[in-house]
Amino acid sequence: MSDLNDLSISDARDALRRGDFTAAELTAACLTAMEGAGALNAYAHPTPDIAQARAAAADDRLRTGDAPAMCGIPIGIKDLFCTEGVASQAASRILQGFRPPYESTVSRQLRDAGAVMLGKLNMDEFAMGSSNETSVYGPAVNPWKVDDRRLTPGGSSGGSAAAVAAGLCLGATGTDTGGSIRQPAAFTGTVGLKPTYGRCSRWGIVAFASSLDQAGPMTRTVRDAAIMLGAMAGHDPRDSTSADMAVPDFEAALTGDIRGKRIGIPTEYRMDGMPEEIEALWARGADWLRAAGAEVVDISLPHTKYALPAYYVIAPAEASSNLARYDGVRYGHRAALAQGDGITEMYEKTRAEGFGPEVQRRVMVGTYVLSAGFYDAYYNRARKVRTLIKRDFDLAFEAGVDAILTPTTPSAAFGLGEMAQVDPVQMYLNDIFTVPVNMAGLPGIAVPAGMDAQGLPLGLQLIGRPWEEGPLLALADVLETAAGFVSRPGKWW
Amino acid sequence: MLDLAFTPPAPKVIAGAREDWELVIGMEVHAQVASAAKLFSGAATRFGAEPNSNVSFVDAAMPGMLPVLNEYCIEQAVRTGLGLRATINLTSAFDRKNYFYPDLPQGYQISQLYHPLVGEGEVRVDLAPGVARMVRIERIHVEQDAGKSIHDMDPALSFVDLNRTGVALMEIVSRPDIRGPEEAAAYVTKLRQILRYLGTCDGNMQNGNLRADVNVSICRPGAYERFRETGDHGHLGTRCEIKNMNSMRFIQAAIEYEARRQIAIVEDGGKVVQETRLYDPTKGETRSMRSKEEAHDYRYFPCPDLLPLEIEQAWVDDIAATLPELPDAKKARFVEGYGVTEYDADVLTAEREAADFFEAVAAGRDGKAAANWVINELFGRLNKEALAITDSPVSAGQLGGLIDLIASGEISGKIAKDVFEILWSEGGDPARIVEDRGMRQVTDTGALEAAVDAVIAANPAQVEKARANPKLAGWFVGQVMKATGGKANPQAVNDIVAARLGL
Repeated sequence: MSDLNDLSISDARDALRRGDFTAAELTAACLTAMEGAGALNAYAHPTPDIAQARAAAADDRLRTGDAPAMCGIPIGIKDLFCTEGVASQAASRILQGFRPPYESTVSRQLRDAGAVMLGKLNMDEFAMGSSNETSVYGPAVNPWKVDDRRLTPGGSSGGSAAAVAAGLCLGATGTDTGGSIRQPAAFTGTVGLKPTYGRCSRWGIVAFASSLDQAGPMTRTVRDAAIMLGAMAGHDPRDSTSADMAVPDFEAALTGDIRGKRIGIPTEYRMDGMPEEIEALWARGADWLRAAGAEVVDISLPHTKYALPAYYVIAPAEASSNLARYDGVRYGHRAALAQGDGITEMYEKTRAEGFGPEVQRRVMVGTYVLSAGFYDAYYNRARKVRTLIKRDFDLAFEAGVDAILTPTTPSAAFGLGEMAQVDPVQMYLNDIFTVPVNMAGLPGIAVPAGMDAQGLPLGLQLIGRPWEEGPLLALADVLETAAGFVSRPGKWW
Repeated sequence: MLDLAFTPPAPKVIAGAREDWELVIGMEVHAQVASAAKLFSGAATRFGAEPNSNVSFVDAAMPGMLPVLNEYCIEQAVRTGLGLRATINLTSAFDRKNYFYPDLPQGYQISQLYHPLVGEGEVRVDLAPGVARMVRIERIHVEQDAGKSIHDMDPALSFVDLNRTGVALMEIVSRPDIRGPEEAAAYVTKLRQILRYLGTCDGNMQNGNLRADVNVSICRPGAYERFRETGDHGHLGTRCEIKNMNSMRFIQAAIEYEARRQIAIVEDGGKVVQETRLYDPTKGETRSMRSKEEAHDYRYFPCPDLLPLEIEQAWVDDIAATLPELPDAKKARFVEGYGVTEYDADVLTAEREAADFFEAVAAGRDGKAAANWVINELFGRLNKEALAITDSPVSAGQLGGLIDLIASGEISGKIAKDVFEILWSEGGDPARIVEDRGMRQVTDTGALEAAVDAVIAANPAQVEKARANPKLAGWFVGQVMKATGGKANPQAVNDIVAARLGL
């Protein structure tokens, strides 16, 4: 048997229920792995005391037979989630020292289901970034590497992806505004699911772009994603955008039978300059699904090319407003003031010190696109584009397509620091395949499907109909099995 | 709905140094929704609580907190819209109005710019019997209030009280249909009256629960009519907005000052600059707060935390069915049904509770007499003692009983005032009081004749004078009343005196 911390959630669950080992032992294995993984910088705030206490409580529940699927499963929580009494600072200096007196709905549901929180995971500051390099904690590092090049685990849920890939937890929460779950999953050979917008409550999650943000599970297997999503999802009256819909048994949807399903291959995702190996992997993915009995058809999503520019109007616009509350008045960082400084200086100095460059860039872009005289040209136009993008998907689904297959990212993980000198737009291009899914509010899942020539993982993305995470997971499960991706990064840290 | 006929008043004209000017006024009234909880959080709205005690995590804009709409506040706003005969928009939406201020924790106010809950309506503003201005309502939107910054507690520090943060407001926006300072005050008074009838706002201006932003411009006579015909604002002058007025007196004074200020500028060949101004009540002046150039760019956009607000016509109909009778209808009914004057009907309907009191008194009695007693005796006394109608020591039943005693001739009006005094200070049943204290009116003709004869016999000189000048007969009546301790029926005494004197 492999180390306990490398188990899948489903295997660990079964073993815990059988009494093969205790939640305390499983948790201890993860905590030990975490201690030895400082080089990955995955955890910003480890919480071993909480973990041990919750593991003990989970063992009590397991003994009484009152053990939901996540009971005793050690997980990491992205720093974007507010966790009661535990530092929650969205990887930003501006929330330094902030310990919320409340627990986000998603992390509370996981806690209530018996999951064991190991700590808070590194991420890009306010979830703005695709490489984890905008974090105030410094970047999380990908456990996969090529020679001595340290690679990004992707972002913004980079700490989550690194921790899952390196066995520093059995699963982790992520959030995905434009690809922040799926891109890091692809870069680390893990599974990342962004549910339908409204499936998981946003209550208690530090907001980036409210109309796009969605929490989801990051795991090592599709089955684990199904199990974990079941505990995270559900209607929350405290989030008006949370859907009042029943949460199905996602794991039960993994029947292995996808015969007759129609899979769309969108022509517009065939980008110029896309690496050949990604193109080849995509074709292979289609073959695997076809071999399993699905029908693969070409489809058109004509407004795809406008998704990224529209996203980079809408997301910053919402962010500029959402981040206005970080003003140094009530919590978090407040700049030291000089004699004679007034409220304006307090705002300016606090926000200049508290926000990193990428956050400042997006706040400025967002402020600009909402200003008088530019609103129609940018924000309103972007909203219209968003409607068109959504309609593209609607039409495809109406035409009988059950899911859409695309690459997750246009490349494998890149080196840390490599993007520092290039135009920020180059970094934004990482999200080209994932952003349209957020714009349309659809569920999307990244599944590890192969390796590039350097031996780095590559992912495929499946996009599903709204609220059909179950059927989507079933397809992902078949894809995962067919791909047979079982590689784990060699331990170098 | 039964409404009284009216004609509009002439607009106020101010004579400048060179020519005459008219005023054009539009108002934005912020009315705090009467509700136990805030618009988007469960925190209480109670006034006067310890600073920062009615504050939820949502109000304090803690990270990750989300607004959840309080349905009751929407019901109240719909009720208000119906009360102002306005269209209710079944689909509306919330927008964020972004600006930085310490008493605005979110850094934005959630409001309704693009799709307000309530559309066009109207308010009839009564100015004198038969004279009223119909002021059009453009819209009512629902929004959050801000907190309170306190700058005078410490020489170096400012403090913030978030108790008011997030309390629901209705912003009631009028068209520029108000034509003078008195009309402006009357408009706010009428709005306040309607809101209080509806129970949607307590109208407490001192606590800031009702406050007005006043837009004032001036124009030459005739220009306003051209604006109304064409809808072209170009016919009107440049407006200035006077912010945050919470007194009827200050509203009038500020408009008066502001109009004269603008007239002086224009007559000197200058141009009025569009800006936001503040009224300084101690100096009686308005002063510039910020110019158009300095105006905030609020960067409004749809609030992504809230879905569009969809309400059903059936729900609106249910609310409409529970609407109370409103002042205009009640007033018309009082005039028609009780025969009271429009002026008296105005006084009687000013407050719903007072109108109810009047109706209880007037039931089955002479309306005019009831109005007279309620207005002159009861309201007069309540005003003097600064009591509300609900605190009246004299009940409607008691007052009605008193009026019955007058009607049946058992007591005179004068004695009735004494009985009222007893009711006020001691309480009791009016008939019993009259009985027990021997206050019944003397109508026995024999007794009265004897009293008259006695006075005539004792005052021969006065008799001579009265025969020469019949107006002096009243002196005899007075003497008889005095002699009978006021209990004599004055009309009967009058008749006997006249007969005895041969007048």
